Amino acid sequence: MTAEEYAGLGGWTPEKLGLAGDVRPVVSAPDPVLSRPGPAVDPTSAEVVQLAADLVATMRVSPGCVGLAAPQVGVSAQVFAVDVTGHPKAVTVHGTFVLCNATVVEASRWKAGREGCMSVPDLTGDVKRASRLVVEGVLPGSGDPVRLVTDGFEARALQHEIDHCAGLLFLDRVAGAHAVYQRKVYL
Amino acid sequence: MTGQNVRMNELAITVIGRDRPGIVADVAEVLARLGANLTDSTMTRLRGHFAMTLICVGPAAADVEAALAPLAAEGQLLATVRAVTPDGQAEPTGEPYVMAVHGADRMGIVAAMTRVLADAGGNVTDLSTRLTGSLYVVVAEVELPAGSADEVAGRLARTAAELGVGVSLRPADTDLL
Repeated sequence: MTAEEYAGLGGWTPEKLGLAGDVRPVVSAPDPVLSRPGPAVDPTSAEVVQLAADLVATMRVSPGCVGLAAPQVGVSAQVFAVDVTGHPKAVTVHGTFVLCNATVVEASRWKAGREGCMSVPDLTGDVKRASRLVVEGVLPGSGDPVRLVTDGFEARALQHEIDHCAGLLFLDRVAGAHAVYQRKVYL
Repeated sequence: MTGQNVRMNELAITVIGRDRPGIVADVAEVLARLGANLTDSTMTRLRGHFAMTLICVGPAAADVEAALAPLAAEGQLLATVRAVTPDGQAEPTGEPYVMAVHGADRMGIVAAMTRVLADAGGNVTDLSTRLTGSLYVVVAEVELPAGSADEVAGRLARTAAELGVGVSLRPADTDLL
């Protein structure tokens, strides 16, 4: 399969999972699950399909949440949901999607930006991320491979979530001693 | 040592007290009145206390101490003034890295992690810590001897594991516009 044949999400939506997700409690640092690299998953397993639906459901009820990774609901696994729809900083937007076993294959145009995290609710930090990004992964349910080309805010969200799956928080990438801030605005 | 610094007193001053509007203005006014030239400083709020650490050049230490005394008396500010030897600008001694540590708060995290850096010949140039809930975060900027980063990272990881915290060591971003 060439890159062009599986470019984008191929019309995938969370409805294709065929089940409603449950809202799961979100864990906070210093919970050790957030610092543990998650294993790759079988995207077609019933467990992963349920997890994917749960991540979408939990993300949707969380104000301001543009992404949620499995470790954040206490599951060490390479699965995350992203949705930057309607965000004022977003340029390219792929809607709501869930990826399994995702990796960054191309990253360029690094830019600093402020990040927060539902699992680090009281702090934010300045983190440099690629603003041009290519990510490959597989879809939950079908297991179809996808190659997403994105930029800006969606690219930042994807890198933040892929980091979660590798057991990393934005705190691991802050630019310096004065790049961590007490959060002033809660959504 | 610059020619200017040879002639002038260099003072290290710390001021700390319960945060309120006007601390910086009050202290800076005192220094300006005495003709003290405020050079490098950090001033920040730490858990409701306002802390100022500054170097200034000009008057004698005793004069500054006396001038700050009324502020200390009325405003719950603690001030210290000390004459220091002007050393000029310290040259970087190694390669710049950022160490980030986060995990459950416990005694001795900063001590243990910075001891690893010190034993490796690393020089911490800036460090801040935050405690929020039970999460403790340390971010340190450190200059490491050339070529030592991989070994230091390994030692940090072992010490962090003993403390039950996570650590990362990454090259500091040195890109300039």
